Amino acid sequence: MIYLRLILTNLGRHRIRTIVSVAGIAFSVAAMLTVVTVLQGAIGMFSGILSSGAELIVFERNVSDLFFSEVPASAASQIAAWPMVAHADPVLFGVVSSADHPIITCFGITAQDARIRNATWIAGDVSQFGRVKDGVVLGERAAGFLNASLGSTVPIGHGAFHVVGVLRTRNGFEDGGVFMTLDAARSFFHKEGSSVVTIRLHNKDDVAAFKRQVNASFPNLIGLEDAEFSRSYSQFKILKATAWAVGGCGLALGGLGVANTMIMSVFTRIREIAILRVNGFSHAQLAAIIFGESSIVAIVGALAGLAIGTCALFGLKLIPALHGYVDVTLHPALMFIVVLLALLTGIAGALYPSAYAVRIRAVEALRFE
Amino acid sequence: MSTRTSSQISKADSAASSGIVIRADNLWKSYDEGAITVLKGVTVEVIAGQTVALCGPSGCGKSTLLHLIGGLDHPDEGRVFVNGIDLKTRRNMTSFLRHEVGFVFQLHNLIPDLTLEENCLLPAIAAGMDRRAARERLRQLAARIGLENRLGHRIQKLSGGERQRTALCRALMNRARILLADEPTGSLDERNSAAIFALLLELARGEGLTLLMATHDRSLAAACDRLVEMRDGRIHEC
Repeated sequence: MIYLRLILTNLGRHRIRTIVSVAGIAFSVAAMLTVVTVLQGAIGMFSGILSSGAELIVFERNVSDLFFSEVPASAASQIAAWPMVAHADPVLFGVVSSADHPIITCFGITAQDARIRNATWIAGDVSQFGRVKDGVVLGERAAGFLNASLGSTVPIGHGAFHVVGVLRTRNGFEDGGVFMTLDAARSFFHKEGSSVVTIRLHNKDDVAAFKRQVNASFPNLIGLEDAEFSRSYSQFKILKATAWAVGGCGLALGGLGVANTMIMSVFTRIREIAILRVNGFSHAQLAAIIFGESSIVAIVGALAGLAIGTCALFGLKLIPALHGYVDVTLHPALMFIVVLLALLTGIAGALYPSAYAVRIRAVEALRFE
Repeated sequence: MSTRTSSQISKADSAASSGIVIRADNLWKSYDEGAITVLKGVTVEVIAGQTVALCGPSGCGKSTLLHLIGGLDHPDEGRVFVNGIDLKTRRNMTSFLRHEVGFVFQLHNLIPDLTLEENCLLPAIAAGMDRRAARERLRQLAARIGLENRLGHRIQKLSGGERQRTALCRALMNRARILLADEPTGSLDERNSAAIFALLLELARGEGLTLLMATHDRSLAAACDRLVEMRDGRIHEC
């Protein structure tokens, strides 16, 4: 109890300094939580638009970006004919532009594609998809920023397209995208195949056999399960690494703040540490007090950071421009990792101060008032 | 706890049989890389249960001698034996500080944000003493010292005399048999000074402690069993 009193008393003596340190950790944790959660959400959404309920995705081997992948139409047809395959949907991804909107994701899909079948149609219906030449279906957000509605004509790229439907999905990328038939997309982007083929199997136990067959039949293609794809796709890896690096830098700065606080804390009570030493406190007990202080700062900062980060994420979700792009799913594992990192940062910040504290020579500290 | 070797145990037994609990043997100590020599070959022995006043003018080396005997500093030359064991050979000075010596300083050296009770319990907590036993010990000491009604008070609320009595109480918490007091009355007025000194002697004699006290107040020193005179880093008269 007196240990805790010694720790809290010292933190209370320099309230402003303590609050600044806690705030440093809190904002670092909040930044890390926000960045990682937003990016994980974005990656989840991107994975979602690739798979769209399918179990596997087939694409060109060793491409740096799926927009550059090309699966030949013949390969897609052959795969669709394999007995183990229940459904194979070729999808062509492209980027189109419109006035004031340089980047709009375009999906070239078949009428059987789950994206438009599972979406909520606000205007028009799925039966109209592909029936009208130059007809496109817009996501709800895309319809909003293109100021388009059912029956209107929208300029996209070099052409003008008729809006045959507006649909709502839970995915921000799809909600801000344009859907056209696969043939129209091939013509528009001057491609002959598709970017990917999403696969649903009759029997999930055939996944390994399917991947082997893709490998044997089409050496230039690769088949991966959704989770496997998310883990291995280089763009996702870069995004995840960036998120953790940004968060880590924030936390490192917070850690420096804790280190600074703890160093000042030790320097301003050298005499007190000497008193404890003369009264029989061991080096380990003295270090425990210093580490205790930094741990409390780190834990309180981490908890405050979780609260700030959560509020920030919900705040981002409320911004109309980000609607559908921010997936506020706080994973307990992520929260645990963030708190653990904050705690480790706090402990690291106390390493030098505690080493300094145990080296204080009581006789010198007590000699001078 | 410190680990004693068989030779240390035999030396301790031998010291105990001769009654010498403190032996400083030809101690030299200088500061500022030898610019100031504070102790110049000090040799002194103290018998168990003795109350010894270490007298002399400021700067004569009294405090330095106490620090060396208390294990807070190391001599440049010479050796210090406490309870028959050479402090140089001790592996665990923490155990020595916890169980064998108690300190009282001129400036009480209490932690101002803690209460009297919390300050006094510090040595017991450091030593891992059972909480209930520690509180009982404190209650008894506080009653003897006249602080039983002040246990919950913060140090800032106590008078100078009360603070020094608190420091005395803290020094006695772990039942150390040797009490080292460095000008314990130096910061007090005459009345409080006399009261604290009387209390110190009463407790030391009542509990059979060995008291080695640095003071420049000769009238107080005269009440001790023995007076050791120090001047210019040397013992002049015993």
